[in-house]
Amino acid sequence: MFHKTKWLAATVASFTAVAAPTAWAETPADTLIMAWSIDDVISLDPAELFEFTAGEIAGNSYETLIGYDPMNVSDISGKIAESWEVSEDGKTLTFKIKEGRSFASGNPITAADAVYSLTRAVKMDMSPAFILTQFGFTADNVDQMIRQTGDYTFEFEMDQAYAPTLVLYCLTANVASVVDMKLVQENEVDGDFGYNWLKTGYAGSGPFSIREWRANEVVVMERNANYSGDAPAMARVIYRHIPEPATQRILLEQGDIDIARDLGPDEITAMSSNPDLVVEDGVKGSIYYMGLNQKNEFLSKPEVAEAMKWLVDYETIADTLMKGRVTVHQAFLPKGFLGVLEDNPYSLNVEKAKELLAEAGLPDGFTVTMDTRNTPEVTSLAEAIQGTMAQAGITLELIPGDGGQTLTKYRARSHDIYIGQWGPDYQDPHTNADTFARNPDNSDDAASKPLAWRNSWDIPEMTAKADAAVLEADADKRAEMYIELQKEHQATSPFVIMFQEIEVMAHRNNVSGFVIGPSFSDNSYAMVTKD
Amino acid sequence: MATAIKTGGRSRALPFAWKAAKLLASVALTFLGLLFVTFLIGRVVPVDPVLSVVGDRASQSVYDRVYIELGLDKPLIQQFWIYLQKVFTGDFGDSFLTKRPIMDDILRVFPATLELATFGVILGTILGVPLGVLAAVKQGRLADQVVRVVGLIGYSAPIFWLGLLGLLIFYAKLGWVAGPGRIDISFEYDITPATGLLLLDSAMQGKWAAFRNIFSHIILPASLLGYFSMAYISRMTRSFMLNELAQEYVIAARVKGVPEWRIIWVHALRNAAVPLVTVIALSYAGLLEGSVLTETVFAWPGLGQYLTNSLQNADMNAVLGGTLVIGVVFVGLNLLSDLLYTLLDPRVRRRG
Repeated sequence: MFHKTKWLAATVASFTAVAAPTAWAETPADTLIMAWSIDDVISLDPAELFEFTAGEIAGNSYETLIGYDPMNVSDISGKIAESWEVSEDGKTLTFKIKEGRSFASGNPITAADAVYSLTRAVKMDMSPAFILTQFGFTADNVDQMIRQTGDYTFEFEMDQAYAPTLVLYCLTANVASVVDMKLVQENEVDGDFGYNWLKTGYAGSGPFSIREWRANEVVVMERNANYSGDAPAMARVIYRHIPEPATQRILLEQGDIDIARDLGPDEITAMSSNPDLVVEDGVKGSIYYMGLNQKNEFLSKPEVAEAMKWLVDYETIADTLMKGRVTVHQAFLPKGFLGVLEDNPYSLNVEKAKELLAEAGLPDGFTVTMDTRNTPEVTSLAEAIQGTMAQAGITLELIPGDGGQTLTKYRARSHDIYIGQWGPDYQDPHTNADTFARNPDNSDDAASKPLAWRNSWDIPEMTAKADAAVLEADADKRAEMYIELQKEHQATSPFVIMFQEIEVMAHRNNVSGFVIGPSFSDNSYAMVTKD
Repeated sequence: MATAIKTGGRSRALPFAWKAAKLLASVALTFLGLLFVTFLIGRVVPVDPVLSVVGDRASQSVYDRVYIELGLDKPLIQQFWIYLQKVFTGDFGDSFLTKRPIMDDILRVFPATLELATFGVILGTILGVPLGVLAAVKQGRLADQVVRVVGLIGYSAPIFWLGLLGLLIFYAKLGWVAGPGRIDISFEYDITPATGLLLLDSAMQGKWAAFRNIFSHIILPASLLGYFSMAYISRMTRSFMLNELAQEYVIAARVKGVPEWRIIWVHALRNAAVPLVTVIALSYAGLLEGSVLTETVFAWPGLGQYLTNSLQNADMNAVLGGTLVIGVVFVGLNLLSDLLYTLLDPRVRRRG
């Protein structure tokens, strides 16, 4: 709506050059202040929250049963759980809880809390509940399936013998956070599971507790004195809602904030040369792709889908337009996942694309529309693709819209091409296979509407392969299955998978220890220090 | 949005009660129309409100449940009727997004906008009226040209760009004012929220350090808004004054030897003030809708940001609630300027 032009950016840049840092204010030594666009936070209840921002807040204030090393996600370990065992038939996991730990409120953490938290999420059935209910839980059966067997032990019984890695990774998601049963129940009104209180409240055991959230304004976190791990150095962490990147940059340069979280290419370039600031990045799981609707007469031709994969200038886009924000990646599993395919076979090749179009009987090209979210990065990406498509005679008409509009159209399957992003819901490969390579029912009123469905891609055989991978207990064999699946998908699918996202932030040079994990809920500031 | 209602004026024959009833009826109709049109627009927008509640990943069963919870399965007219019934009992519904009562949300964001807009319009009036008078008196001369060019910049420069420029100069380079936001974190918990107008709250509680901090935060965005309303007010003042200065009573006064300053500031301005009140009121109302761009640049948690965010997510209860607030503001300011008319214009007063 009001995105800066180059002209604006240039003016700001030149004025900042003049505006050498005079006397800048310093933030308090025990307080970390971040600027981030946090208007997407709609709830702080782990059973409901599903946004990047809320995920990060929950990741630093709640603990899950299981965790993994953010630097090496295959290294899974217990957080609230001490150990677990898989039964002979592979359907039941028995968890033992670490003893002697407590919530921020001082209440002890027991198996009752873990069972309550998981069953609560299933019964409330909010947006992220499918991460748990996919193991066969319903509001009616969950009390029998997830059951407490001792003060510090409980059993978790599923409807099938799913791959243990899948189950464990799902239990690392925010929705599986362990909440303080006693505290939540004290705030329960009319059987609401304490939801109306917890959506703005806090009942966790993580390194920080949530003191206050004022929508579109601020989130204040405080050191949790009862945290059982190493006490964080920061007594307070404050998220300020600053929607405009240029404003974030000014604040950071002045030292009124410690970390700026939303930065465009212009800001990154300018900040990289400032000795007071450090720019850091980390690969995130989000993937940029184009979805080609198979209801379209042209796009449904396999040669056309392949031609389009040869009509994106991947390297140039990653090196210029999206510099520092993306890395080229062409398979549906992001780097950092079990069984990722790292081959990037496609590059810009107009001749090859023309041959393929001729084979499809379209030597003169054709015209299609692409629904494009009106953010600066997606728009510039779409315009670059429009340019290279034109070289092979394909006229790409861009239809701009805001996030809600383009998504509504996409989910109704009334687009030609959709360009957008997809981020994994949890750290297991099934999360993306489930949406890119599974489509159990291609009818208009299907019960589940994965990305394959949204592009009307009817794939019973590939769906069966993806389903088989979910049940493979051997992690190595399972990884093989996903690599095969991605190879087939890369060659035949109507998805032009292009890039993987990189999260960039800039902080003042006295700040260190912010861990940028593979997902937002892995981003951690428990170890942050300021000197 | 300018659904101005003109009352008073020529209706001298009507008894007071009839006049009041007519006024009430027209206010009620205005609100009904305003709500209905907003409601329709919100339903026609091609954005699925369920998606903004459940997100893109929710299962179909969750989606269907929320669809029914929001009442979207009912016919449009029935949805509107249900909404109206609730409004009449004082229940404006919950926001789809924040899930809090709309009135709580608005009471939280509106004071921020009110404080900023009031400050802005006061600055705009204090500067705009004398400048407009000056331009009219010195018509065609240098002072007039300067005032007109300053006004033109205010009219045409993007507020977003001016805001960033202002931040760079006065905050980043000169360090005269505080940066974006309403108050520094260190003062935030010093004052107990009462009216939500931080300047007023801190002054009433005698927290003068906090007051100074709040003032240094608000002065830049308020000056920016003040500049914009000044551009408008000075231009209108100039043309009203030119009109008055050409009247016969001015010539008559000059013939009688009334000092020139008295003619300008007492006689002419007094008459120009009547239409000027409406201009200032409209300018104030415009600022009270919340300036989205100013609020974005200055990270000001006001009504403009709230409404834009709600609209983009098709959060209809929030949009309707906000529309009502803006409607009340417009109608209220219109009534107020009518009232001021009767004070300023003896002809209207005598008819009353």
